[in-house]
Amino acid sequence: MEQPRCVLQILKRHYARYTPEMVEAVCGVPRASFLAIAEELIRNSGHDRTSYICYAVGWTMHVNGPQIIRSAAILQTLLGNIGRPGGGIMALRGHNNVQGTTDVSTLYETLPGYLAMPSVQDTSLQSYLDRHTAHVGLYGAYPQYLISSLKAWYGDTATAENGYGFDWLPRLTGDASYEASVAAAADGALEGLIVIGMNPVVGAMHGALQRKGFRKLKWMVVRDLAMVDTAEFWRHAPEIDRGEVRTEDIGTEVFVFPAAAHTEKSGSFANTERRLQWHERAIPPQADVTSDLWWIHEVGRRMKAKLAERDDPRDRAMRALVWDYATPSAEEDPDPEAVLREMNGVDEHGRLLRGSSELRADGTTRCGMWIYAGVITEEGNHARSRTPGTADDPLGHGWGWSWPANRHILYNRCSARPDGAPWSERKRLVWWDEASDRWTGNDVPDLPLHTAPTYDPPPDAADAMARLGGTDAFIAKTDGKAWLFAPSGLRDGPLPVHYEPVEGTVRNRLYGQQTNPARTEWRRPDNPYHLAFADPRFPVILSTNRLAEMYGAGVMSRWLSWLAELQPAAIVEMSPAHAAELGVASGDWVTIVTARSEVEARALVTPRIRPFVIDGQRAHHVAASYHYGRKGLVTGDPINELFALAGEPNTTIQGSKVTSVAVLAGRGATGRSVVTRGPLVAEPIPDAGVRRDLEQVGPHVEGPHGYLGPAGRAFGLEEDA
Amino acid sequence: MTKGFFTDTSVCIGCKACEVACKQWNDLPDDGSALTGMSYDNTGQLDASSWRHVKFIERPVAREGVESTLGEFSWLMMSDCCKHCAHASCLEACPTGAIVRTEFGSTFVQPDVCNGCGYCNAACPFGVVDKLVEDGRSWKCTMCYDRQRDGFEPACAKSCPTQSIQFGDLDELRERAQRRLDELHAQGVGAARLYGESEDAQPGTGGLHAFYLLLDEPESYGLPAAPMAWSRRAADGWRAVAASGVTLGVAVAASALAGRWMR
Repeated sequence: MEQPRCVLQILKRHYARYTPEMVEAVCGVPRASFLAIAEELIRNSGHDRTSYICYAVGWTMHVNGPQIIRSAAILQTLLGNIGRPGGGIMALRGHNNVQGTTDVSTLYETLPGYLAMPSVQDTSLQSYLDRHTAHVGLYGAYPQYLISSLKAWYGDTATAENGYGFDWLPRLTGDASYEASVAAAADGALEGLIVIGMNPVVGAMHGALQRKGFRKLKWMVVRDLAMVDTAEFWRHAPEIDRGEVRTEDIGTEVFVFPAAAHTEKSGSFANTERRLQWHERAIPPQADVTSDLWWIHEVGRRMKAKLAERDDPRDRAMRALVWDYATPSAEEDPDPEAVLREMNGVDEHGRLLRGSSELRADGTTRCGMWIYAGVITEEGNHARSRTPGTADDPLGHGWGWSWPANRHILYNRCSARPDGAPWSERKRLVWWDEASDRWTGNDVPDLPLHTAPTYDPPPDAADAMARLGGTDAFIAKTDGKAWLFAPSGLRDGPLPVHYEPVEGTVRNRLYGQQTNPARTEWRRPDNPYHLAFADPRFPVILSTNRLAEMYGAGVMSRWLSWLAELQPAAIVEMSPAHAAELGVASGDWVTIVTARSEVEARALVTPRIRPFVIDGQRAHHVAASYHYGRKGLVTGDPINELFALAGEPNTTIQGSKVTSVAVLAGRGATGRSVVTRGPLVAEPIPDAGVRRDLEQVGPHVEGPHGYLGPAGRAFGLEEDA
Repeated sequence: MTKGFFTDTSVCIGCKACEVACKQWNDLPDDGSALTGMSYDNTGQLDASSWRHVKFIERPVAREGVESTLGEFSWLMMSDCCKHCAHASCLEACPTGAIVRTEFGSTFVQPDVCNGCGYCNAACPFGVVDKLVEDGRSWKCTMCYDRQRDGFEPACAKSCPTQSIQFGDLDELRERAQRRLDELHAQGVGAARLYGESEDAQPGTGGLHAFYLLLDEPESYGLPAAPMAWSRRAADGWRAVAASGVTLGVAVAASALAGRWMR
């Protein structure tokens, strides 16, 4: 620990400049407040106490969002708040099933269960497995996980001889995130778009650019509870109202399907604790309303029927796909438990698997998603179970089912000391029971049951799990240890650092580099950026937020009178000092301007908002709610119209929480947009002495549709660490 | 058994779940979608179609016992509803007998009896009862009489995520409120007080079956400091009339006598 190049010493040196004084200067958070929080966190962490960090998209939707979360991980690891009851980091999701949708992989760069999507460099199953299979720990079983998935998808057609159909999987050739797709669509490079339960012209950034892309699609499918703003981009949009675009000139064919709500369909939700809870529908869908499950099943069924008539090598995947979910009739939903059973997996006798440890890599097990193995067994669907916690089972293992293995707290080996005894009576969770020679306790132990605390893996250990030592609590890591320093896996570096937003108001005081050098941008005339800071045209800081009464992009609140009336307009909150300068009062209209767009909102003047004093400079701050659009019972301009496309390098999550803006009193020319009008504001003053940032940092490449960012993201290649 | 609400405003987070639950259970219409510009309050008031109303009070005073970087500022929230007074002006003013006292001690407007005269609207010292323009009748919180009949707590209390709205036996709630008040006082929140918890505390209404714990003077929340039931005010009025009558009589007599004497 004293060695100057050990991680702890590197950390200490790296963060030495992050003093309370620096926090105050950079963030505008008073030193005393910062210290009070730090001291409370330390006081409440230790053998007898644990602390929890909760966050939401206010932390993630930045061009360095994942690094912010990693900071929390480093802090919690150092404080001993991981793998122990009451400890951890909790992502407060924007919807009740965000965890579930990520698990089953609605993201383009993963396969179900967080397995990697193959990239162009994966020329064979073996090369893919060689790249991902770990020598130590949980991911030593990568072949079991992937091959069982391929068997679940392709059934008997998948054989050892054809690599279990690995070559039928698509390959990543580039960034296929929503932002990259918007840029591509705006250049006419996207043929169609299926939008399920999403209202991107409100929820995602730069609505005008999105709509430009939509106008060039051949077709668009929207499935939602109401006729959302996205579905009517062709007739209810600022550029249509202004006459810059005529509906009759738009060739996109739009198909809208009314979708069933959660009350009209059965299935599971997975919450942020990774706990699956099954729910039953209360009523069947009415009239022509259908569930997403029914619709996707039907599309797959019809596609397979069409492809059965032709023999084209490109159709091999769809032809091999097993699509045999039991359906009572054509009008009714397939049995959702049939889907759960496929994810859970079966052995060669069709018996439901009890856990992922039963998976094999020889094609004899089928499992659609290894992390859910054990959720539904011969005893029944455990996601349905509703036994509350008891004194003997305080965590409530009988209520729903948590992946993996109904384990409630991951890495729970941490709850015991290296010798296997609990750190304290109050915080005991799992411990080593010498008498029975195994781990036991109030949760499912997160390491092989009989790995003794003193176990030191021999060089000839049987498998990757046997290569974990008795104190290697972090079994998903390739060395069994917590990573304070991340040697691989992140495109923007091993240790989090402070970067200012892509568009801020002040210079980065900590580094010469202004903002995340590994971010992705789309440099194109219809996506202009501000100066990175001190842009004289945009002196005010805008942050975006939600309101308790509104839900996401609005489909579940703006259409419901009892919620709509509670927050009836897009509001922008501002300080009394700022309002006085502008000459506006609460309820008055203001116009917010960026280089992309212009939106109107109603002012709400409150002392809760105060100007930031950062680095000695005062900057006004406005906070705007983003829920509104042109459809629904209550309407307003979508605030996210103001943002540029800009992405985080690992996930391409949109950086839509903060930007620089100008705020003017009164109503402006509604929705004036760079996309249809050309440049909105004068170009930056060339001699202002400020640039966006150090352009040459990092392995940036230029990609299609204005892309500038990491090479791996552009071309689907994995960079060397 | 007399039931009631104890609303502890010190833990209200302003989520308005009570407002929505109330409207949903009672199937109340929305009252339009106008922005008030008054903090997060777009409901504005209790009326015929809003039986719960969450007030948001932004005041230039720091909140006791809470560390804040906002300096001399705090944000108070309070979920308001019909107080179900022990001496209920609405009930006393109602000429048709439409407003009754239920077996749970709450006041209830029977919609099939109400003739829409509006006397209760004028009588209520809190401005709660209100006539619905669409049907001309007066409406207010029923303390979910129908739910209570089936053994359920009112929808607002059921939906409150922080237990700011507590429903139960009135006597028990009073004890609980006193304990909570003592707790807050011990934490240095000297301004915390109960509002309408008993007849002694609020003789004008005889005590409220929906009473409150406030963090400031009632006036800060738009509540009258000393609300007075209509009948009591009327009684005081008649007493005053009687007294002035006597005074006048004495004066007349005196002047007559004086006149006589002066003659």
